[in-house]
Amino acid sequence: MNATTQRHPGGASRRAARLGDRIFAGLAKGSGITLLLTMAAVAVFLTVRATLALREDEGNFLTTFEWRTGGEDPEFGIAVLLFGTAASSLIAMLLAVPVAVGIALFLTHYAPRRLAAPIAWLVDLLAAVPSIVYGLWGALYLVPRLTGCYEWLDGAFGWTGVLSYAGAPARSLMTVGILLAVMILPIVTSVTREVFRQTPRATQEAALALGATRWEVVRMTVLPFGRSGIVSASMLGLGRALGETMAVATVLSPSFLIHASLLDSGGGTFAQNIASQFKEADTAGRDALIASGLVLFLLTLLVNGAARLIIARRREYAGAAL
Amino acid sequence: MAKRIDVHGLTAYYGAHKAIEDITMHVEPTSVTAFIGPSGCGKSTLLRTLNRMHEVTPGGRVEGKVLLDNEDLYGPEVDPVAVRRTVGMVFQRPNPFPTMSIYDNVAAGLRLNGIRYRKSELDDIVERNLRGANLWHEVKDRLNRPGSGLSGGQQQRLCIARAIAVEPEVLLMDEPCSALDPISTLAIEDLIDKLKTRYTIVIVTHNMQQAARVSDRTAFFNLPAVGRPGRLIEVDATEKIFSNPSVPDTEDYISGRFG
Repeated sequence: MNATTQRHPGGASRRAARLGDRIFAGLAKGSGITLLLTMAAVAVFLTVRATLALREDEGNFLTTFEWRTGGEDPEFGIAVLLFGTAASSLIAMLLAVPVAVGIALFLTHYAPRRLAAPIAWLVDLLAAVPSIVYGLWGALYLVPRLTGCYEWLDGAFGWTGVLSYAGAPARSLMTVGILLAVMILPIVTSVTREVFRQTPRATQEAALALGATRWEVVRMTVLPFGRSGIVSASMLGLGRALGETMAVATVLSPSFLIHASLLDSGGGTFAQNIASQFKEADTAGRDALIASGLVLFLLTLLVNGAARLIIARRREYAGAAL
Repeated sequence: MAKRIDVHGLTAYYGAHKAIEDITMHVEPTSVTAFIGPSGCGKSTLLRTLNRMHEVTPGGRVEGKVLLDNEDLYGPEVDPVAVRRTVGMVFQRPNPFPTMSIYDNVAAGLRLNGIRYRKSELDDIVERNLRGANLWHEVKDRLNRPGSGLSGGQQQRLCIARAIAVEPEVLLMDEPCSALDPISTLAIEDLIDKLKTRYTIVIVTHNMQQAARVSDRTAFFNLPAVGRPGRLIEVDATEKIFSNPSVPDTEDYISGRFG
């Protein structure tokens, strides 16, 4: 008996700890279930409303270049929004990702330590600027200054059609893309920087000892090691670009047309269209907007799935780094 | 191909800390020289000064001379990248490139040199060096699998294959067996014995039996007190060091009286 008591000197507190475990487990399980229920409720709500809207739609929801939701036979489709969202986000990615990777490489492998910290801080500060401020900056500062730039592009590459410019204020998808690039730069940079920083010292020394220059070390070890990190960082940025609302709504002059040229004003994105139309829309109109929001959600899901696939395919090469 | 190394009055620092002081010795070509001594005596530091890897560590700097066949590695015109192509290195923990296949690991150094090899040429070089590292038969069917999937001993032999594929003149090994089991250690030691006919080999080891087994000459390092720089106590033929050393400290260390 004596031995038993000695083996469990704090019997009471142990029971208390087990009670604590049970409470914690219950809390964790409860939170999990609540989350699932909330998600399910949102999904059901959105799907029901979206279905209602689609049933009323006289046009083809995927191909109609029109957004007329009020009155008799409403006709609306997401073609313009899908194109605008994809095009502006793609431009943003093309501009932001290389710059972000460059900044991250500079901060982790080239900059002296005294310089790296303040620069990293400045980049992070960009993420703290509210998106409406970006929107105002874009509309008031960027748009007038891009006109000259677009005229030059028109002169040089106008023959492609994609980069021709008719001369109106530059409230176009290209401008939105440039603005979005600035907005997603900090998140892409800071995630990439963290991944680059984790490149194992031993691997980098292996490259150095083989006679690699600094750039070769980066190319042989840092970039391949950080590849999946770059992909996830880009996807985080893309997620933000796809869903950005206020800045796009402030800069873009919306129209339900797809221009051949990315530089000409007009177009729209899912989020911008919802923000611009929501206030004036009646119930049917809101249902239509919800349907378009659901498409945006599916698009984001698709993008994330693709990113996971890319990362998983390289996994066996990414592991086992000491 | 193999070259002789002369170290002259070499002192190495980490920032303000002096790690080794005034080392003068030479390393014979086509032979194995072992560095032994207690932890912190600076034997790894000295090894890393021989291919200018010491200065890669922040704050690392060197005074004195290291001559590779009379050419000073620390001369003002010398490019450290070129030095490291001539003096290869194998590390304590096997460090194959985790993102590369076995094949690409061996070919990595060759691709750095900027020479374009034909596929068949590269295949030959990879096979020859994997054979040279006694690894070919174990990996020939999975050359395109990641190098990180091999066992520790195989990874270390892969690292040796990678190092010798660029045909260095000197091969530095920093405790290459300390993370390996006895069987893998034996495999590496056999390999060192085979490689010494072509390369100048310097090996740092904590295992005195290993130094006695593989080396022709042995250098013993010690530090007078903790925080003081390490010094070379003596360097001589391995047989002499292990049977009849000139300095009593060496005998005390080898017979296990300290360290």
